[in-house]
Amino acid sequence: MAAERGRPGASPRPACLSKPFLKIVATGALLCGAALPSHSGSLQERLAPCLACHGESGRSETPEVPSLGGQPPSFLLIQLYVFRERQRIAEPMNELTKDLTDDDLRSFSDELAKLPAPVAAGPADPARMAMGAALSARHRCGFCHSPDFSGQNQIPRIAVQREDYLVKALREYSTQERRGYDPSMVEIARQLSEADILDLAYYLANWR
Amino acid sequence: MPIDRALRALAVTGSVACLLAAAPAGAQQPAPGGAPAAVPAAQPPPAPGSALYGRPDAPGAMRLAPIAPPPIPTPADKLPVAKLKAPAGFKVEVFAAGVANARSIRIGDKGTVFVGARLIDKVHAIREKDGKREVKVIASGLHRPNGLALHKGALYIAELSKVSRIDAVEDNLDNPPKPTLVNDQFPKDEPHGWKFIAIGPDDKLYVPVGANANINDPDPNHYAHIRRMNLDGSGMEILVRGVRNTVGFDWHPTTKELYFTDNGRDWLSEDVPEDELNRVTAAGKKHFGYPYCHQGNFRDPEFGWGHSCADYEPPVALLGAHTAALGMRFYTGAMFPAEYRNAIFIARRGSWNRTEKLGGDIVVAKLNPDGSVKSIEPFLTGFLENNNYVARPVDVEVMKDGSLLVSDDFNGAVYRVSYGG
Repeated sequence: MAAERGRPGASPRPACLSKPFLKIVATGALLCGAALPSHSGSLQERLAPCLACHGESGRSETPEVPSLGGQPPSFLLIQLYVFRERQRIAEPMNELTKDLTDDDLRSFSDELAKLPAPVAAGPADPARMAMGAALSARHRCGFCHSPDFSGQNQIPRIAVQREDYLVKALREYSTQERRGYDPSMVEIARQLSEADILDLAYYLANWR
Repeated sequence: MPIDRALRALAVTGSVACLLAAAPAGAQQPAPGGAPAAVPAAQPPPAPGSALYGRPDAPGAMRLAPIAPPPIPTPADKLPVAKLKAPAGFKVEVFAAGVANARSIRIGDKGTVFVGARLIDKVHAIREKDGKREVKVIASGLHRPNGLALHKGALYIAELSKVSRIDAVEDNLDNPPKPTLVNDQFPKDEPHGWKFIAIGPDDKLYVPVGANANINDPDPNHYAHIRRMNLDGSGMEILVRGVRNTVGFDWHPTTKELYFTDNGRDWLSEDVPEDELNRVTAAGKKHFGYPYCHQGNFRDPEFGWGHSCADYEPPVALLGAHTAALGMRFYTGAMFPAEYRNAIFIARRGSWNRTEKLGGDIVVAKLNPDGSVKSIEPFLTGFLENNNYVARPVDVEVMKDGSLLVSDDFNGAVYRVSYGG
């Protein structure tokens, strides 16, 4: 299926989302701050389960789980909010955030925003980078996401995001499966072909 | 695409310029030959009709992006109410804090204030209970429940693509039932899909359907118009066309004519086109110009060729470029001075697609006896400070005592403007 072309990391389920892990999560022993009767522990302790999947250094090693390094705090706050309110469905995030207070959302997003932004490593195919650059110029990704794709305010950093996650997000926006907090991305993404999505994701994931 | 055009586009697009400067041809090698390599891959600009059409590549425009309000309301003691300025004799106070993403306002017969939302899934009610004002969620799990209307105790809620209803809502605020469907025969497009609704003097429910892009020429039977239907959802018909995106309308208290705001397209320029105040008259044309003619006198550079603005009903007033003129109500109260009687209060949420922000206020449109507009004057200002929003007004509603409520979706609050006393 064309949809699978160039989609890296086809592993069925990330280790951090394995059944044993989720069981632990559900029992509250290793929890992303959620569902504990009393929110004991330092902020760092409470964030540990988040970083287990999203990456302690700001770079996710987990398939289809985004890197959080360098994300604007306003963007992180909105995502935590829409997960908690089930406006965006993406387990296990809905479960993990369901008992967070507004103050939790603020402190989590402020702290996570301090993670360092991922940096591209390894070679990139110049032809594909050129394709992605042209697509980005055509669709003006840098207008909102900033010319260096570092994001601003409620708009996320997309530079050096995981390629498989970018593909997933763009596909979901293009079909309105993910409708967004603000509808802007749907308006953009529904004009992208599957090939465009793959090229853009490659370009942004390898951006430097 | 001519190659010089491609080169120009690449040269002025910062992101690409950065890439060309930094992207390696192979591994970590700088790529001196990178620029020409990108040119053959460059694609043509957006096709006519694309939402992206008309976005300039100028560096100034590249800094402009929509500004989404936060989902969590500002605490009452942090609300910028002291910055909001009304004319002498008027007082501005916080009516309610904690009304996340407050958008359309409606007031029930028993005094409950209902508030819709665009970015969150909830409808709020503000009521007096045991001598205290209380804010509570009365419906959730809704998709962009921006529009509200009330009729004989029933609350109509407009989501992105459907209208539903809660009967006897004020009698059931403690345990409101789930809304029941009225009509879901609306497009599901996200762009301009959220709705303002109102019930007209003809007891019909008026529901707009916006253009499903910034600028396009969509099927006029599906988009860019105002519809009306019976209160049970039957008999849907298109009333007026050529409406890009109206998020506020009301009927003149004596002539019963419909007046509506309409938001102009983006990315054409800083100053043109302006948002419109329109009026539907029996003798007037029933097409208001979109996408061919903007602001009554300016033909769209893409879609306007071959069209004449004379073929479309012109606005009765211009409300400023990109100002996001949204909610509006005729003032029918007795509290304010006589000069405000039957004038229109209009919330201008404020621009994003403009370097120097414009709007961010409530203006008052005073009318001549023939229904034309005599003047547009600022009424409530101070939402915009040093080119940043401290608050953003979305809708207005007249309370029974004649005071005016104003919703602020940026802070999740409702303010009350009163006179005298």
